Amino acid sequence: MEMKERLKIPRQPMPEQDPQVRKRNFDEVPLGYTPEMAKTEALRCIQCKKPECVEGCPVEVDIPGFIALIAEGKFIEAAKKIKQTNALPAVCGRVCPQEVQCEVRCVRGKKAEPVAIGRLERFVADYERAAGEVSIPKIATKTGKKIAVVGSGPAGLTVAGDLVQLGHDVTIFEALHAAGGVLVYGIPEFRLPKAIVAAEVDYLKKLGVKIETSNVIGKVATVDELFAEGYDAVFLGTGAGLPSFMNIPGENLNGVYSANEYLTRSNLMKAYRFPEYDTPIVRGKNVAVIGGGNVAMDAARTAMRLGADHVYLVYRRSRQEMPARIEEIHHAEEEGIEFHLLTNPIRYIGNDKGWVKGIECLRMELGEPDDSGRRRPVPIKGSEFIKEVDTVVVAIGSGSNPLVQSTTPGLNTNKWNYIIADEETGQTSREGVFAGGDIVTGSATVILAMGAGRKAARAMHKYVMSK
Amino acid sequence: MSAKILEKQQLSDNVFKLVLDAPKIAKKRKAGQFVVLRIHEQGERIPLTIADADPAKGMLTIIFQVVGKSTAHLSELNAGDSLLDLVGPMGQPTHIEKIGTVACVGGGVGVAPVYPITQAMKNIGNYVISIIGARSKDLIIMEDEMKAVSDEIIVTTDDGSYGYHGFVSQALEEKYLMTGNKKIDMVVAIGPVPMMRALCDVTKKYNVPTVVSLNSIMVDATGMCGACRVTVGGKTRFVCVDGPEFDGHQVDFKELIDRQRIYLDQEKQCYDHYCTCRQQGKGA
Repeated sequence: MEMKERLKIPRQPMPEQDPQVRKRNFDEVPLGYTPEMAKTEALRCIQCKKPECVEGCPVEVDIPGFIALIAEGKFIEAAKKIKQTNALPAVCGRVCPQEVQCEVRCVRGKKAEPVAIGRLERFVADYERAAGEVSIPKIATKTGKKIAVVGSGPAGLTVAGDLVQLGHDVTIFEALHAAGGVLVYGIPEFRLPKAIVAAEVDYLKKLGVKIETSNVIGKVATVDELFAEGYDAVFLGTGAGLPSFMNIPGENLNGVYSANEYLTRSNLMKAYRFPEYDTPIVRGKNVAVIGGGNVAMDAARTAMRLGADHVYLVYRRSRQEMPARIEEIHHAEEEGIEFHLLTNPIRYIGNDKGWVKGIECLRMELGEPDDSGRRRPVPIKGSEFIKEVDTVVVAIGSGSNPLVQSTTPGLNTNKWNYIIADEETGQTSREGVFAGGDIVTGSATVILAMGAGRKAARAMHKYVMSK
Repeated sequence: MSAKILEKQQLSDNVFKLVLDAPKIAKKRKAGQFVVLRIHEQGERIPLTIADADPAKGMLTIIFQVVGKSTAHLSELNAGDSLLDLVGPMGQPTHIEKIGTVACVGGGVGVAPVYPITQAMKNIGNYVISIIGARSKDLIIMEDEMKAVSDEIIVTTDDGSYGYHGFVSQALEEKYLMTGNKKIDMVVAIGPVPMMRALCDVTKKYNVPTVVSLNSIMVDATGMCGACRVTVGGKTRFVCVDGPEFDGHQVDFKELIDRQRIYLDQEKQCYDHYCTCRQQGKGA
């Protein structure tokens, strides 16, 4: 096809479940491209000589390369191409913020819309999985080096995948009973089906990675004990899993959840399928979710799917300052989530049985910019009002889990108790101990954690081979 | 990791003891710590205190009371069966030191978690007075084991069918605190929340430091979810990582009781469904 015609093709929309239907089910919202849609979208890529999109990707996927293969209809080859640098394409195609990474740099975006890189990545990963032709890359000769990876979230899975391919003997230690970290306990089924995470984890197992679930490092064994057991290097990817609360009155009332608990019950424990699954969850009719990030959107949309009549998203700043992805905000609004912006809770009101029945809020206005560069929300005096709710989900961020740091002498941390690690290598203050992902940066994205894992894996390979 | 059941024993009408093959946890655990287990793929994660361990043999003992579906299911497993997941040891160990005379108080199935603490308190050289109680004689568990690690022991029953007629808190007050018979330096109490609350009310009156072990609702038990939060001395703490033991005089027991009732309806629904299925021979 002529370039002129290719430039005329509009960005292919993603087929999605109807909002009125999907708001009551847990099936995935976007349905995925058909092969025809994918080929059409792939033709929109003009194959830049110096592709800026690749620079925007934390794991440097050969984006024009895999898109060219899609245009030719070589979907399996396209999947292989991505997997050269990204072990989790089905996950990344779904949850990466492409609009601020690869797609924001796409030259097509200057005059029209950028190429839908994320949707294409997702398409080939799904195609490969459905075809059952998942290819196992060649594994280097065994090095005899043993690597321990603590945590099976995006950072840990990436480190494990990279190092096992270099011939090392890799074991992942996971605290929960299922591997995947935030991909299984945090991100809901309707955004990231758990069967996909399981398939990606299974792929790592096929590569030879051993996964020890239900092993809490810091409790059943310390980092020093791992070295004593013969591990040559340890990667810490324990994430930012400690829930933050606002410390306002009534926060311990029944029906007030941390987002971590609410989502873990629903996602990991499958409480949305209670009583088929044993773990219960409160199915509120009037639910308030506090916060404006992706986790808040996930919690609000989960509450809607659990049968709420009203879900209020309470956020103290305005829409511009919301940290959530635009797509997530858009999906939430389509599903009827009611946004209460420039609003901040000041206390929860309970009944005589200790259950939350109301939330008192203050209206806010935006003042001068704060440390984050965003305009600071300032309370408007006398603007207090009460809203009736029976469930509250607090989604205002999370902190570092101290289990490993507190049991590893000589491991330096910063004032928020995140592990201090070199940005390029993941090297910590302890020899042979590397770290990456949220436990170093604080809450960030799946792909940034994977990027940190990729860099740490390179450095760990160098370290163990020089020992 | 999964764990095989090596032995099973019924201690009373609805209290069971399981000995598990769990060498890594058995080696590491200290008095006061707990495990979280899951029986099957659809199962919930349930926290249970470790009652005993034999590190040399790699064995771990748990004792539990049937209170709902998961514990009912657990009580039906037998030696040779396996638990799908077992994780631990979780929580902070009990602070064990020689301080003089320690009263170790256990109510109902709470005697099981009190036992390893009593043993450790005795081993370090304290004079140990144990008070164990239950509603009636046939619900008293581990009397012999407790006797073996105590200098004095009182057994109480609410209905007077055995030993002292009354609650453990009454026995402690009447036999020791009121009489000044023996100066008690510290009390460790584990049992149903109303029992721990009543006991703390008594020891507060006499200014005796009292440690209680709380059994809040938990999910992950690694500090991630906050389901187990409890107010202690006006501050929110997580039972799973900050506890399970706290200064009993600082615990907000009213809040704890309310929070333990969050899922009462669902728990009942689940248990009834399980019992019906079992009667119809369908399994669950």
